[in-house]
Amino acid sequence: MRRVYMDANATTPLLPEVFEAMRPYYTERFGNASSVHSFGQQARGAVEQARMAVAAFLHCRPAEIVFTSGGTESDNLALFGATKPGDHLITTQIEHHAVIHAAERLAQCGREVTFLPVNAEGAVDPEDVRQAIQPNTRLISVMMANNETGAMQPVAEIGAIAAEAGVQFHTDAVQAAGKLPLDVENIGCHLLSISGHKIHAPQGIGVLFVRKDTKIEPLFYGGTHERQRRAGTENLAGIVGLGKAAELARKGIEEGVPKNLSALRDRMEREIVERVGDAGAHSQQAARVWNTTNLWFDHLEGEALVISLDLKGLAVSGGSACASGASEPSHVLTAMRVPAARARASLRFSLSKMTTAEDVDFAVEIVPKAVAKLRELSPHYANRSPVASVSS
Amino acid sequence: MSTPETIAVAMSGGVDSSTVAAMLKSEGYNLVGLTLQLWNQRRLAGRPGMPETTEGRCCSLDDVYDARRVSEHLGIPYYVVNQQDRFEQDVVQPFVREYLSGRTPVPCTLCNNHLKFAQLLDTARQIGADRIATGHYARNEYDPARNRWILKRPADASKDQTYFLFGLTQEQLSRTLFPLGNYRKPDVRALAQEQGLALANKPDSQEICFIPGGDYKVFLDAYLADRGESIPDTSGELVTTSGEVVGQHQGIHNFTVGQRKGLGLGSAGNVTAGSPLYVIGINGAEKKVVVGSSEELVSKSLRANRLNWIAIPSLEAKLRVEVKIRHRHEPAWATLAMSGEDEVTAIFDEPQRAVTPGQAAVFYNGEEVVGGGWIL
Repeated sequence: MRRVYMDANATTPLLPEVFEAMRPYYTERFGNASSVHSFGQQARGAVEQARMAVAAFLHCRPAEIVFTSGGTESDNLALFGATKPGDHLITTQIEHHAVIHAAERLAQCGREVTFLPVNAEGAVDPEDVRQAIQPNTRLISVMMANNETGAMQPVAEIGAIAAEAGVQFHTDAVQAAGKLPLDVENIGCHLLSISGHKIHAPQGIGVLFVRKDTKIEPLFYGGTHERQRRAGTENLAGIVGLGKAAELARKGIEEGVPKNLSALRDRMEREIVERVGDAGAHSQQAARVWNTTNLWFDHLEGEALVISLDLKGLAVSGGSACASGASEPSHVLTAMRVPAARARASLRFSLSKMTTAEDVDFAVEIVPKAVAKLRELSPHYANRSPVASVSS
Repeated sequence: MSTPETIAVAMSGGVDSSTVAAMLKSEGYNLVGLTLQLWNQRRLAGRPGMPETTEGRCCSLDDVYDARRVSEHLGIPYYVVNQQDRFEQDVVQPFVREYLSGRTPVPCTLCNNHLKFAQLLDTARQIGADRIATGHYARNEYDPARNRWILKRPADASKDQTYFLFGLTQEQLSRTLFPLGNYRKPDVRALAQEQGLALANKPDSQEICFIPGGDYKVFLDAYLADRGESIPDTSGELVTTSGEVVGQHQGIHNFTVGQRKGLGLGSAGNVTAGSPLYVIGINGAEKKVVVGSSEELVSKSLRANRLNWIAIPSLEAKLRVEVKIRHRHEPAWATLAMSGEDEVTAIFDEPQRAVTPGQAAVFYNGEEVVGGGWIL
């Protein structure tokens, strides 16, 4: 069976060049980067070269790069590391769970936390950020691009507001990396998270950018790795892979790859919506990263549609997965005040630079068929009111 | 060669449904494994009386893990479908309401009616499977003479689950496979072993799946507290069948017909003329719990409504049947007759103990389930 993968916001496959770059570091160049001997020196060299590649990708200094186990650890390190009991943290209702759940935990540990709302397009208003700042505000954490809708957040404006107020600013750039130019100076952030496996590096490697002179308390205690900001033997092959992937992502952005892919996403979105009717894209009026579209299909259950599509060979996702693997209503769509039934009938399609025009043709062919079949079986569809079908 | 039929297997992570998947897979069906996520056991964890941990409970991560492992082992696609909202609305809330109105509910039957069959069949059809298979111990077959689907007791009488299945419609029965109907439990375990299923020796689940520990009173407290509510005050009088007040009680939800312990009358008061007192009935409107002797606990008849007929299209004339009034009840002979538009009366040959409002009355003709209803 043909299988098409459109869930790049969940994870991406390694690029062949990344895999090739990593391969020797699993076998002959296996050293511990902390060791004194030649094996260690070889490993250290590879780690530092990767650090430079990532620094070039983020437009920062190599010493400002901390390698972590991934986006979740980076977010936790930023939030736990940069706040103390009594501090105030400002974040939003649409962050990834790595930020939201960390912030909820912080609220139980003596921090005051504000979760800002978003507008109907899923964007935060920088003015809301400004209004929320209080004398004890220590950290603002706002993501760069939302994982479910692709909506980009006004991080540069927020960075300026943070600077003006003398507050530290963290941005979760996990879904922006590889899709938008990342420049920590333009963003004005003190802390920035990225994850390897969203940019064709392996799972289990990530980065937290920590601006020079920004103090963070480590999450782990042990060796003096990563300038005492993250104890634990370096994930050597993972770091090498992330370095290579960052280098390729930077080149891709410079060469304008995202523009071509954006046309592909737009065509898919337009053709699917036109063919099925009673459908649309969330955050369509917002600035979005090029690869993501979150489509709603009224009069059906999104969960059944995800399964139907998977059984026909198209991998997409709906809602966010809970521990069992069942879908839960999306907190992002809920924050956008999307009605519950529509939120449950929403699916995220996320492309990568490996997505082809044929993949999009495949989706455009099978999604409307699957939607039609589900609606045929739905009593709600037969009895739908014409008013409901034109409102959005 | 024609494409094999796609069947959705309802997988709980237990031995029975896992074995069903293995059996159908070896018969060449195209299978999709589905688990309904019905209840979040963590939701009430840690509330007073509720366990902190949720290991080994229905809908626990362990069960989903087991079902997933079995699906991987068999090479079939597997999905977890979130039906927590519907389960709460169609099973948990009626369960709570019934206890608070002095009745004793059967949540498993409601779950079968609303979730395991109605919802699962809907989901199955949506994903391209016209029929489902479950690990219930029951048999169903089409009888051309009557032009009806018939539900029958399974080969393993000790595992008979037909009591909980009386609500199945003809359409549901026609679209359901009960592959274990002709097997005995030990044979099923042996089959599981043969198929290399790691969970062949997993213990059977016994209690009501969403009530860890089986204490429904603790659950009622925890559930209502979770919703920011509390158990309404239904305290009142304990009265005898002749109306004499013999004591006070703390709320009608603490009682079920036939109950002997916890009447709060003390060891002396619990005995009238040498015989222990039982709950004979619960008057929800007046918040009265009626107590009486063992002899007063028996009933010559019962009335039931919200009927579902399986072996017959409707009850036209009086019918001799065996009636089962609770899951672990030896069916008793009775004569059935309609006593209202959607109400039947069963007159027992021998009076039966503890006929309990809220429980199901299921009518059998030999092996066949004639139909059933809810005891009034």
